[in-house]
Amino acid sequence: MEHHQSKSFPISHVIGFVVSLALTFAAAGIALKTNLSFKVIMWIIGSLAVVQAGMQLFMFMHLREGEDGKTNLVNMIYAVFMVIVIVVGSIWVLTSGHAAH
Amino acid sequence: MIMSAKVDTSLPLEYQTEQDRMNILGFWVFLGAEIVLFATLFGVYGVLYERFAGGPTHKDIFVIKDVMIQTVLLLTSSFTMGIAIFEMRRHNLKGLITWLVITLALGAGFLFMEINEFIHYAHEGATMQTSAFLSSLFVLLGTHGAHVTLGIGWATMVIIQLLKRGLTPTTARKTFIIGLYWHFLDVVWIFIFTFVYLKGLVA
Repeated sequence: MEHHQSKSFPISHVIGFVVSLALTFAAAGIALKTNLSFKVIMWIIGSLAVVQAGMQLFMFMHLREGEDGKTNLVNMIYAVFMVIVIVVGSIWVLTSGHAAH
Repeated sequence: MIMSAKVDTSLPLEYQTEQDRMNILGFWVFLGAEIVLFATLFGVYGVLYERFAGGPTHKDIFVIKDVMIQTVLLLTSSFTMGIAIFEMRRHNLKGLITWLVITLALGAGFLFMEINEFIHYAHEGATMQTSAFLSSLFVLLGTHGAHVTLGIGWATMVIIQLLKRGLTPTTARKTFIIGLYWHFLDVVWIFIFTFVYLKGLVA
C-alpha cells in the first residue's frame, strides 16, 4: 500500500484553482466593464467558460487517467457534441425566422 | 467474482479491482447523461430568456456581488474536493475527511446563498409563474441546486463509511466517484455563471 506515494504538494490542483479564479473574474470584467458588442462579449466569455470546464475535467477530475482514460475522453467529446446539437439546435430552430413574421 | 478478486496494488486504491474500475467508468457514462440533461435546460433557457411577459428582467433581479460569492464558494469547494482525493491517494484518511468536510461546508454556504437568492427573487415578484424567462431560470438553477443538495447528503454518507471502515478499495472508489460528481456540479455552474448571469447583465 505504500507505493505511488505521490508528491506531497498538489501543484496541478493549485494551478487549476488559481487559473479558474482568474478566468472567472476575467469573464466578469469583460462582461460588465467593457463596451464591446454583446456578440463579441458572448464569444469571449463563452470561450473562457469552455477553457475553465476543460481545466476542471483534466486537472481536477483526472479525465484521461487509468485504462479507461480514452473511453472517458470519447464519452465526454460525444456529450459535448450532444450539448451543441441540443442547445444550439433548439435556439436556432425556435428563434430563427421570427423576425420575418 | 473471479475478475473482481484480482487486485492490482500498483494502482491507486480506487482502481485496484476490475469491479471498481467499471464502477468509475459507469459513473463517467452517467455524467455524460447528466450533461445532456443540463443541455436540455440550457436550451430551454436560451430560447425563453427574453420572454419577460411584463415581469422583472435579468437586470432587475440579478445581484452580481451575490453571484460572485456563490461562484467563488463552489469553485473553491471543487478545489478542496480535489485536495481531498489527493490526500486519499497519499493514504491520509484524516486529511481526506478534513478536506471533505471543508468541501461540504463550502457547498452548504453556496446553497445558503442560493436559497436567499430565490427568496430575494420572490420578494421582487419574480416567481416561477411570472414569465417564461423565470420558469426556465428557476428550473435550471433549481435542478443544479437540487444536485448540490443531493451531493451534500451523499458525501455525508460516504464520510460515515470512511469513518467506520477506513480506506479500502471500495470506500476509495465511492469517495472518488462523489468527487467526480462534485467537480461536475462546478462545471455546470461555470456555464450557469456565464450564460445566465453574465449574459443577463451585459450592458
